[in-house]
Parts: sequence; C-alpha cells; structure tokens
Amino acid sequence: MPKFKFLDDIAIADAAFVAYGKTLEELFESCALATFEVMVETKGVKPEQKEEIMIKDQNLDDLLFDFISELIYLKDVRKIFFSKFDLLIKKNKDYKLTGTVWGEKIDYKKQEIKRDVKAITYHLLEIKKSGNSWKAQVILDT
Amino acid sequence: MQTKKIEEYIWEIPVTEKEGMRVPARIIASEKIMKEMDQGVYNQITNVACLPGIQNYAYCMPDGHWGYGFPIGGVAAFDLKEGIISPGGIGFDINCGVRSVRTNLSFDEVKPRLNELMDALFRLIPAGVGSTGFVKLNTERFKEIMIKGVDWCIQNGYGWEEDRERIEQGGRIPGANPDKVSQKSISRGMDQLGTLGSGNHYLELQVAQTDRVFHPEAAKVFGIDKPNQIFVMIHCGSRGFGHQIATDYLRVFTEAMRKYNIQILDKELACAPFNSPEGQDYYEAMLCAANSAFANRQVILHKIREAFSQVFHKSPLELGMHIVYDVAHNIAKIEEHLVNGVKKNVLVHRKGATRSFGPGHLDVPEFYRQIGQPVIVGGSMETSSYLLVGTQKAMEMTMGSTLHGSGRTMSRGAAKRKVRGYELMKSMEERGISVRAVSMPGLAEEAGIAYKNISEVVEAVDRAGISRKVIELKPIGNIKG
Repeated sequence: MPKFKFLDDIAIADAAFVAYGKTLEELFESCALATFEVMVETKGVKPEQKEEIMIKDQNLDDLLFDFISELIYLKDVRKIFFSKFDLLIKKNKDYKLTGTVWGEKIDYKKQEIKRDVKAITYHLLEIKKSGNSWKAQVILDT
Repeated sequence: MQTKKIEEYIWEIPVTEKEGMRVPARIIASEKIMKEMDQGVYNQITNVACLPGIQNYAYCMPDGHWGYGFPIGGVAAFDLKEGIISPGGIGFDINCGVRSVRTNLSFDEVKPRLNELMDALFRLIPAGVGSTGFVKLNTERFKEIMIKGVDWCIQNGYGWEEDRERIEQGGRIPGANPDKVSQKSISRGMDQLGTLGSGNHYLELQVAQTDRVFHPEAAKVFGIDKPNQIFVMIHCGSRGFGHQIATDYLRVFTEAMRKYNIQILDKELACAPFNSPEGQDYYEAMLCAANSAFANRQVILHKIREAFSQVFHKSPLELGMHIVYDVAHNIAKIEEHLVNGVKKNVLVHRKGATRSFGPGHLDVPEFYRQIGQPVIVGGSMETSSYLLVGTQKAMEMTMGSTLHGSGRTMSRGAAKRKVRGYELMKSMEERGISVRAVSMPGLAEEAGIAYKNISEVVEAVDRAGISRKVIELKPIGNIKG
C-alpha cells in the first residue's frame, strides 16, 4: 500500500492528498511525509536533525491539523525539511501525540525543492478507519 | 445548480438552490467563463451565502476557482453587529497583494541589460522556501511594523514620502493590535520581511503596450508617457507571519463556533461573530499581518530600486520609479456600502478579489480621484497583466470589488505532468521572457496553461462595468520563488 497519493481534481489552487496507515501513528506519519513531499523530494532529505513534538486535542481532526501546523511552523522557524517521523498517539480522555521528527536544513543546492506550504486547511479534511487501516484526506494551502 | 442571467455578465444563483442561503449568490462572468467555471465554485459561493449577517449577495469574480472555505475570487460583506468574520474568507496569506511600479525606461534601453538587471534583482530579493530578508528585526521593532506598516519603512529609509499615498489605505490600516498575535507567529515571520515567498508569488518586469491603451486619460495619470515603457510588478503577501495568524485563529474559531452555536457547511468556513471577543481579536491580529504585508512589498520595492540603480547608474528618482498603486487581494475591511439603498458600514471579505472604488470616492488618493482607484490584475508568468480603474458601478453592484488575477484551471500536479521546468524556461526565453527561478518544478506548476485566459476574465469585468481597462502589460522578465 502506498503511504499517500496526491489528488488533482479537488481544490485546484492547492495541494490535496489521501494518506494511509495500518495504525493511527502510521497514518499521521504518512500525512507528514506527504506534506513535505509537496515542498521537496523527501528521499533526498537526510534525517540528521531532530525535534520533539507533543500535541493534545479532543478529536482526531484537530490533532492532525495541529500536528501538521506544528511541522509547517518548525519548517519556517528552524529552516528544516522533515523526512522521518516516529510518533505515538494515545487516547485517554483526549488524544495525545508525542514523538520525534527528523530532517535536514533547507538547502537549494542539495535538495530538489518544489514550493512552500503555507498551512493545512480544514476544507474536506477527513480521517476514517476502514477495516484494519486508516485513511485521511488533507488539503494544504500552498 | 440553477443560474439566471440578471444582465450581460452578471449571473445569479437564487436562495432556493440551497437550504440555508440567506442571500442569493452572484457570479460576474461571460457565458464562456460560466460554462468553464469549476463546480466547486458554485458549491462554495452558496456556502458563503449561508453565513450569518451576510449583506446583499455572496459574489464571485470571473477569475473564481475552487479554493477552501470561500472560493478564490469570493467577496462577501457582513453586518458589523449580526455578522461574522472568517479566516476562510481572507485566506492564509493575509494581504497577499500586488504592487505596480512605473519607470522612465523604455524597452529599448532595458533590452541590452536585461540579463544583468534580472541577475541583480534575483540576487537582492530573496525568494523560495526558508529564505530570510536583510532587515534585522527584534520583537519590538516587528511590533512597530504591525502597527505602522509602510510608515515604518519610510521612517527607516526603505521608501519615499510619496509612496504612502500610492498604496491602498496608505499601507497602514488602523486598528492593528500586536497583543493579539501569538509568539509563534512572531518567531515565524520576524526574519522574512523583504522576501518574495514561493508558489504563485513573483516579481515581474513588464512592457506597457502602447497599442493596448484602453483609457488614455487614466494611462496618463498612471505615468505612461512614452512608448514601450518598463513597469515592475510585485505579487506577494505577509509570509509565514500571516499564515501562522490564520492557522492560530482558525483553531480559536472552531471552538468559538460551538460557543456561539453557529452552523456552517464547511469546517474551513469557521467563523465568529465580528462583535465578539474572538472576532475582534482575529480582526486586530489580521490587520497586523495586513500592515506587515504592505511593509514586505515596500522593502522589496526598496531593493528593486537599488537593483535598477546599480544597473543603470542613475538614482531611482531619476529613473522615475514611482509606485502606480498597491492593492490587497486577501483581506477583510470595514467599508461603507449601500445595503438595501441605505449607506452603512460593513465588513467586506475579499479572498482573491480586489477593491475597485470608483471616481470621486474619498478613499481614493486625490491624484487618482477623478479616474477611480487603480486596480492591478496579475496574469500568469507567461501572459499579460492589466491595469484597470474602479467604477461607480462596482460600488453599486459588487460592494466596490473586482477580480484579482487570471485564476487557475489546472492543479499544480497536472501542470507539472504536462510541462517540465527547464523546457518551460527555454520556451519562455525564446518568447522574450527572461526567467530566474529558485525551483524548476515550482516553475512548471505555474505554467500559463494552468490558468484561465487573462484577457477573457479582464474583459468580463470591463463589460460588466465593475472596473475599466486602462492598459495591458507584457512580461519580459519573471523572478519566481
């Protein structure tokens, strides 16, 4: 199963994708990878610098929105593209996401950079579990 | 969805077409543009028509296309007491806009030095992901920019006194409150002042088409006084600072919706009553981003003037590098408009739409007051751009609003599969458009084939009467982030 697939026929101004995962963690990791794939060929991004992430939310949509927003924020502030993600999502009363993300300093000489991502949107945002796997649809503003 | 023709170039979707519509939706377009308009636009503009406190109509301009929340090209005004404010009606790139600058140079003078000029511009104006500007700021100075906008730039040597008057609202909208922006948005945006960004943002060198002057009187006031004059156009916004403010408040508003029990048809239309603590906080934060975007384009202009000066060995003043105008096309503003025949203050959201105030309006600077406010419409990098002026009919029909660009018809992925960056660059060079791009795939995504025909969409607003064509500008150089 591919980790994600870009969609051309919705929200043409922006970047849309569906992402998959056997677990919620895998799903969120796929969404993060797809987000950075919009910006850069992630295969060429070395996982050499790391950041720790912790996010709490009442529902999965908000958790995904806040997680991707945090990565986009870190991209601008630390000037890093991320390419490797190791997450843990737990649910008690709220959902809690913790994890480590790895990446490399933005470098036009070393990486094949495409374009910036401004934000994740809530437009047609959807997270679904079907059978044993998870699927999410995401639209990014670029 | 049923549409009825109100008059040539104006179409209406009645309230009976969707449950919850409070006002009809109106689309400004030719028959051809209507047929080709993507279905997402119909759905999104009628969603907007359902928002509380909407006045007159939900409008979509001819360059409209499927966005998130509002369609791109969407305009909606809301009552200040009963109405809402929505980040989805403004966009993440708050005060994304366009600035047009004239010069005394003719194409013949620039042509032999075009490559040198393009290299200088590309060197002086940072573009692309992760780029940083030359203005070193701390939090305190950044907060000053949020309040003062272009005035801060002029005070600090990045502009001329006269620049201020040639920018929408003087490049400084009152009401900005830095206490309402998060530390995150400050740290995200602080080092980006004077950067172009990426995606569809660009800096373009253009030739004013002497044989394509439609309104000679206005062209003269714009400073067009010789054949094939060189113009410069900047398209960019508030960068990461604005993106973060929009992200922060979208989250605040998803909570506020529950509190105020507002029902919406798309989560991206998250909103809050304008007259609520959440609504006011966002408005005041949004204006911080709007003012910083005016400042961003100002600092970029400072560098453009420097580049021209280096290459042509004359001062920017000798080169006649006066701003024609600067418009915001992602913004919400309090303006006075006619609602049911009565003048009242409303909150006008424009997302991918431009203000188009007509002759005589007091918000139009004095030297443009007779001809109407300049409207700047940027085309794709392969096609022309246009300068227009606002009209009285825009005041009556579209809350003083018009189009902003050509509008996409093809996704970025599809464009990239059809065109390769290097081939596109070669083909543009062959057609006399010099290109400097930080990213070749990024360039391919912005290919002209991905956009509507600019002349058709401009023709539609001219025929509809909501703005009037002045002159066409053809690209000869494009710098792409």
